[in-house]
Amino acid sequence: MRYGAEIVGVGVLAFIALIGAALGVDEPFRQHMWVLFFTVVAFGALLMRNTTFGPKQPVDQSIYMDGPIRYGAIATVFWAVVGLLVGVIVALQLAFPDLNVEPWFNFGRTRPLHTSAVIFAFCGNALISTSFYCVQRTSRARLFGGNLAWFVFWGYQLFIVMAATGYLLGITQSREYAEPEWYVDIWLTIVWVAYLVVFLGTILKRKEPHIYVANWFYLAFIITIAMLHIVNNLAMPVSFLGSRSYSLFSGVQDALTQWWYGHNAVGFFLTAGFLGMMYYFVPKQAGRPVYSYRLSIIHFWALIFLYIWAGPHHLHYTALPDWAQTLGMVFSIMLWMPSWGGMINGLMTLSGAWDKIRTDPIIRMMVAAIAFYGMATFEGPMMSIKAVNSLSHYTDWTIGHVHSGALGWNGLISFAAVYFLVPKLWGRAGLYSQRMVIWHFWLAMTGIVIYAAVMWVSGIMQGLMWREYDEQGFLVYSFAETVAAMFPYYAARAFGGGLYLLGALIMAYNITRTILGHQREEAPIGGVAHKPALQPAE
Amino acid sequence: METYTAMREFADSWALLAMTLFFIGAVLFVFRPGSRDLAKDAAHIPLKDD
Amino acid sequence: MSIVEKHRVIEKNATLLFAGSLFVVAIGGIVEIAPLFYLENTIEKVEGMRPYSPLELAGRDIYIREGCYTCHSQMIRPFRDEVERYGHYSLAAESMYDHPFQWGSKRTGPDLARVGGRYSDEWHVQHLIEPRSVVPESVMPSYAFLKDKKLDVSDFATHLIAQQAVGVPYTEEMVANAQADILAQADPDADTTDLLARYPKAKTGDFDGNPNALTEMDALVAYLQMLGTLVDFSTYDETAGYR
Repeated sequence: MRYGAEIVGVGVLAFIALIGAALGVDEPFRQHMWVLFFTVVAFGALLMRNTTFGPKQPVDQSIYMDGPIRYGAIATVFWAVVGLLVGVIVALQLAFPDLNVEPWFNFGRTRPLHTSAVIFAFCGNALISTSFYCVQRTSRARLFGGNLAWFVFWGYQLFIVMAATGYLLGITQSREYAEPEWYVDIWLTIVWVAYLVVFLGTILKRKEPHIYVANWFYLAFIITIAMLHIVNNLAMPVSFLGSRSYSLFSGVQDALTQWWYGHNAVGFFLTAGFLGMMYYFVPKQAGRPVYSYRLSIIHFWALIFLYIWAGPHHLHYTALPDWAQTLGMVFSIMLWMPSWGGMINGLMTLSGAWDKIRTDPIIRMMVAAIAFYGMATFEGPMMSIKAVNSLSHYTDWTIGHVHSGALGWNGLISFAAVYFLVPKLWGRAGLYSQRMVIWHFWLAMTGIVIYAAVMWVSGIMQGLMWREYDEQGFLVYSFAETVAAMFPYYAARAFGGGLYLLGALIMAYNITRTILGHQREEAPIGGVAHKPALQPAE
Repeated sequence: METYTAMREFADSWALLAMTLFFIGAVLFVFRPGSRDLAKDAAHIPLKDD
Repeated sequence: MSIVEKHRVIEKNATLLFAGSLFVVAIGGIVEIAPLFYLENTIEKVEGMRPYSPLELAGRDIYIREGCYTCHSQMIRPFRDEVERYGHYSLAAESMYDHPFQWGSKRTGPDLARVGGRYSDEWHVQHLIEPRSVVPESVMPSYAFLKDKKLDVSDFATHLIAQQAVGVPYTEEMVANAQADILAQADPDADTTDLLARYPKAKTGDFDGNPNALTEMDALVAYLQMLGTLVDFSTYDETAGYR
């Protein structure tokens, strides 16, 4: 029977959810278990509709397993739109506080929803699906573990649903980018180990003698996230039938553990994993090998060694001991070097083919992404300098910095990878529309530039207003006055984010039509059509 | 105090020197002449098939 | 095998690559985090710190649930403007019983590390119900629902037991009296002698303006009103922390 064991497993999980819903000791937990129950039952129904009782069909091991990657590409686009939409909503909530709907849609609950939707749902799905694509092609082997890859995909979507609904119900550990409570963390650990098994298993059974460098980055990302996730989420639940837990560490130790995690969620989730994407998809789209393979080896070891140390720069001038702050700052500045080494390596892959920026909108998106990677990894070390940080910390400057990285680097490189993947995965001749990619590109670029510029101004202004003294030695501004001064910037920021969201909606339309097999009639890009026709020599 | 000072001095001197030497060694090793062809082969892996 | 061949081995052996990567990424965290647990000058010794009273702990859970940390820090840095605006810079010892810590990373609203005692209970309640009625410039959401929501005190001792498990020095007496203490702290008619012996400086009485019901508003305001009040800085000797 097809999916026999899976259906039993789903049934057991639904039963556990029902027990939790009945016996839970706190109200949010009971509500959360009902969410789990209905999600799992819906999935079980889906499985049962697809089951068959015929004899098992043998799996052709010589063809790549692209089913989970197709689903992953769709999930990436879907969660991108959701995450960005929530982002625009929270931006508007800051400008117009009446948009808060208590209790479920207050800023304190929607903000983690936005960050997790973008980081884990959008970027996470992009990473899982591109890593499965890359590891099969560069290993010339089918994914290891049979249906385990499907478990990774669906298990990860369940994690996203549980995390997102949990935030709205008020279930949170208050650890930034690690907000889900203990039982959701345990589930993610299981899914993540399965992901590691599939990925590493595929590498182990490869037919290519060499492990391509993109896979190193993906592997380091998977391993490190596992380590960070487990250590940072060590906690004691109040009850095994309740949603609340208390973290194992407290105060100073807890703060450093959290930012060791938090900074490396950026360093490994949003950087190492995405560098894997860069090292595979940029050469692929450009049709030429990476600029310097040997530089990529240095890039890899230096990046993963240095990144882990940088966490304390989130805690400058706090009660964290000075030696740890200084160590964090020094390593953050050193990190500039491998980051720019990687950026140069990515950009120079196009040397000799720079005209592609004009003719190929996907290459254009990739180049912009790498450029934003360079800018964000320059700004980051600068902000980690204690003197700069004393001004920038606690302000919108940090938010602007994060978004130039997330929107510019992670967003654009993921979009480019999706545009590359979808026609290949569904066997289409090309995208529905190339011109829509250009529209997407310019909307995204305008959105990012508005967003980042506005946040620089508002962040630096805020920091300066907080510390401004008059000639008598009194503070000039009350805190409330600095809040009022933010309004135009918050409104402009929401506008910039809105443009970026609009670009993503165009992508969603373009991708949908591509999957449906449509092709738009349009003039080719790069001025080819505008060449004057040759005159016959008569 | 004792442990802190001892560790601080160790980090400032021998640990720093060891890390620097290791880094220089690693870079020299990766860029050794013999690795050129190996790297070229590896760099072409993504372009081999689809 | 010559040394030149070694990296080739890593490049071709997935297990080695796995082990090597794990080793390399483990170093930084170990060197930075592990010493914090045994270097004695990480946390200075300070008079006055005590675990949270049950009502304060319940309020803290609400503070966490509502994501207050997304806009409010609880960490005053040692700068002239911050010390003037918010009070004495924060000490490591002041968050030694914070599981998890609430230092925050963004100040959309002001720092709250020493907000305790700065405003009246009535101000807090009004501010949480309709922030712009007391601070017109505020962009804070309304938390009026807290006033109508009964505080869930069923089996509250389990919270103290979980805190004990992660190292907070709650005594058996505190655990045994958790239920009585959480009710007594917000009850204006209760005898709070024992409560205050267990949790010195705890604020008592009705917090939310409704003495008949123990609401989430009571708990949250009780928590806000004790923030930063435990250490007496008139007697705090900064140099005693130097080692």
